[in-house]
Amino acid sequence: MKPSELLHPTPAGLYCPPGDFYIDPVQPVGRAIITHGHADHARAGHGAVLATPETLAIMAVRYGEVFTEKRQPLAYGEVVEVNGVTIWLVPAGHVLGSAQAVVEHRGIRIVTTGDYKRRRDPTCAAFEPVECDVLISEATFGLPVFIHPDTAGEARKLIRSTEQFPERAHLIGAYALGKAQRLICHLREEGYDKPIYIHGAMKRLCDLYEELGVPLGPLLPATIEKEKGEKDRFAGEIIICPPSAMQSTWARRFPDPVPAFASGWMRVRQRAKQRGVELPIIMSDHADWEELTNTVREVDPAELWVTHGREDALVRWAELEGRRAKALHLVGYEEDAE
Amino acid sequence: MNRFAELLDRLIFTPSRNGKIRLLTEYFREVPDPERGWAVAAITRDLEIRSVKMAAIRGVIASRVDEVLFDLSRDYVGDTAEAAALIWPAEHGANRQPSLSEVIETLNSASRTEAPAIVEQWFDALDASGRWALIKLISGGLRIGVASRLVKLALAEFGGKEPQELEELWHGLKPPYTELFAWLEGGAEKPVNAMKAPFRPVMLSHPVEEADKPKIDLDRMAAEWKWDGIRVQLVREGGEARLYSRTGDDISDAFPDVIEGFPANAALDGELLVFDPDTTDHFAVRPFNDLQQRLNRKKVSAKMLKTHPAFVRAYDILWEEGEDLRTLTLEERRRRLEAVIGEGLPRVDLSKRIEAADWDELARLRAEPPIDAIEGVMLKSRDAPYVPGRPKGPWWKWKKEPFLIDAVLMYAQRGHGKRSSFYSDYTFGCWRGDELVPVGKAYHGYTDQELKKIDKFVRDNTVERFGPVRSVKASRDHGLVFEVAFEGLNRSPRHKSGVAMRFPRINRLRWDKPAAEADELSTLEAMLPRQ
Ligand SMILES: [Zn+2]
Ligand SMILES: [Zn+2]
Repeated sequence: MKPSELLHPTPAGLYCPPGDFYIDPVQPVGRAIITHGHADHARAGHGAVLATPETLAIMAVRYGEVFTEKRQPLAYGEVVEVNGVTIWLVPAGHVLGSAQAVVEHRGIRIVTTGDYKRRRDPTCAAFEPVECDVLISEATFGLPVFIHPDTAGEARKLIRSTEQFPERAHLIGAYALGKAQRLICHLREEGYDKPIYIHGAMKRLCDLYEELGVPLGPLLPATIEKEKGEKDRFAGEIIICPPSAMQSTWARRFPDPVPAFASGWMRVRQRAKQRGVELPIIMSDHADWEELTNTVREVDPAELWVTHGREDALVRWAELEGRRAKALHLVGYEEDAE
Repeated sequence: MNRFAELLDRLIFTPSRNGKIRLLTEYFREVPDPERGWAVAAITRDLEIRSVKMAAIRGVIASRVDEVLFDLSRDYVGDTAEAAALIWPAEHGANRQPSLSEVIETLNSASRTEAPAIVEQWFDALDASGRWALIKLISGGLRIGVASRLVKLALAEFGGKEPQELEELWHGLKPPYTELFAWLEGGAEKPVNAMKAPFRPVMLSHPVEEADKPKIDLDRMAAEWKWDGIRVQLVREGGEARLYSRTGDDISDAFPDVIEGFPANAALDGELLVFDPDTTDHFAVRPFNDLQQRLNRKKVSAKMLKTHPAFVRAYDILWEEGEDLRTLTLEERRRRLEAVIGEGLPRVDLSKRIEAADWDELARLRAEPPIDAIEGVMLKSRDAPYVPGRPKGPWWKWKKEPFLIDAVLMYAQRGHGKRSSFYSDYTFGCWRGDELVPVGKAYHGYTDQELKKIDKFVRDNTVERFGPVRSVKASRDHGLVFEVAFEGLNRSPRHKSGVAMRFPRINRLRWDKPAAEADELSTLEAMLPRQ
């Protein structure tokens, strides 16, 4: 059996013919394995969903309890068989509950990393490399210009700015799932124990993180009562909101805010300038170039398949290393999703 | 170097002027000589580094990075310097980070063969921001949105001095400005401006508003045309001659014809204009568009010198043969100016005075000037000395009424800084048949209240989004009409409409006006200057 008979790209996503299931399908399917709760990977409407208990809980918060007909929780390391195909999930270090999907059949093992990173994240379990024949790697930051700096340093940069500009609110765009909670945890680790204000859209996911054992410290809603002097309440404070809210009418309630954005894209000045960011915080939940290439070397698969992101560069690198590699050209994943 | 790089980074991301000045003064306070002086030089002047050029940098990069990976990266990042700075695979060793002073001094004394290896070592020692600053320094492209004027303001603020004092000293100073900093910190006398033909800060005027008219005594005023060129200062002192912009930038290299055509030992204040080479008995002024073609070029071609010759139409004199004339009255200076120009110099003539008995007559002259290159009239108090800055009272400008058209909002873009949550930059169009053709872009003229209303209109009527831009519903029976005011119009083959507005602003919101009744493109074309 060739690896491509075990898993191959289709318009609906990566499909496994012998097991009759998809991994992170972008259209509703009968049976899906979901690597993690980000919206472009985890969609509602599948017949059955196999995922970690954390990912299932996240999907229920985002889509409501009836996001699928059948939930199949599978803890890290537990093994199941689906139509004779062996499946287990391994931590990916991306967000809470994120997993690599290991699929094995007739002696061939394929590991799909989903989104992953290698550096420490206080909100989730660390990535574990798994030996395999084919590694399907993400490549969101698959260009050698992306080397994320030390995360703690970026958190300190933000704290320092609140001290330098105590009269201004610090408004930070961060993805509601994962990035926001990780940023909060890193701020806490750097000694920031004041309340952090959060946009209403983040509350339920923050609550869920707390429930699942990730302490976030004091969080308050970023709302303003219609009283005089209320606006000044946010001077020098940290407010976290989804990136889309940065440019919405919601953002106007804060006095002369310092617009900040926590993302790996902030490493490129043009991207930061385009977004009108004054304080770029380079913090990513995806592997940077060194993490991507080191992981491939460490896992050392017989073949590397590259999916969403900058596939060309990683494939080129693999060729220079004398590795077999190809781009899968899967569609439907957001290039900016973090 | 990393501290300098950090300063650049912060300046780039800080939109507000005051914020930038704060960052600069902080830097001057924290960083010692000569480092801070070199930083000033790097931001305000083109420091030419001869020993290493961008091509050599590319060679250094190619020695460590695969070409395909670099090209993919550069295409993504959009800027060679930034891509190179980010992609550099540093070899960590015992490399010491160079200071900015060390970088400049070393590169200025290194040979072309030595320099690339030195740069390579520094690349290993610096972080990505430091590498970026280094490459920008070498390529001479340190365009970071900080005008030299802002740096001078920050220096003045840092030393508690008047900005004028710095302007006046500026062109005589040499990096790394240690004597300047010593003076600013109170440890030394003010440096003496040793440079010949220095710039002298200019005197500016106030616009005439209706309420000002009773306060202005026309009998005590001299009237002149207000020319539609650029304000310059033309100075010769012996063998040294220079042409300065109104902010004191030396633009001599771009206008050798003017420099050569000015033999007098004097400093003149006037307007830089382009004339028609086929008219030989006087300077027939060409429209601003013709001057535009000579601006923003460092060097000028022989052909351009023939087809677009420039001259200065002088209206004041600040200095002559070692004598400072600025304390004299305007009338006294005028006599000195007339004596210097005499029957005319090869590339300088006199801005003629106009006579008007009262405001009505002045208004007529202003409304119907003899040529297009006049944008209004100036009123100057006959007995006032030349005072740098913008003193209220002695000098007034009374511009022609702006052009007005009604145009339909087509696209809106998000603003920056305080306006980043508002759609505040607008592209508007006029009708050509049933199609709207974009004719201009404006981002001011409205009040905060109006901005909120336009923003709401944009959000409620969005058709499509492209990044920070939204296209807005605009058809014959649905759309928002702006009354747009602008100062002039040029032909422009680069624009789909064929015209380009100068200084457009939103004059009024015409919520009352149906989009179908906005102006036709042909109305705009009729406003073009006569060719
Ligand atoms: Zn993800
Ligand atoms: Zn993804």
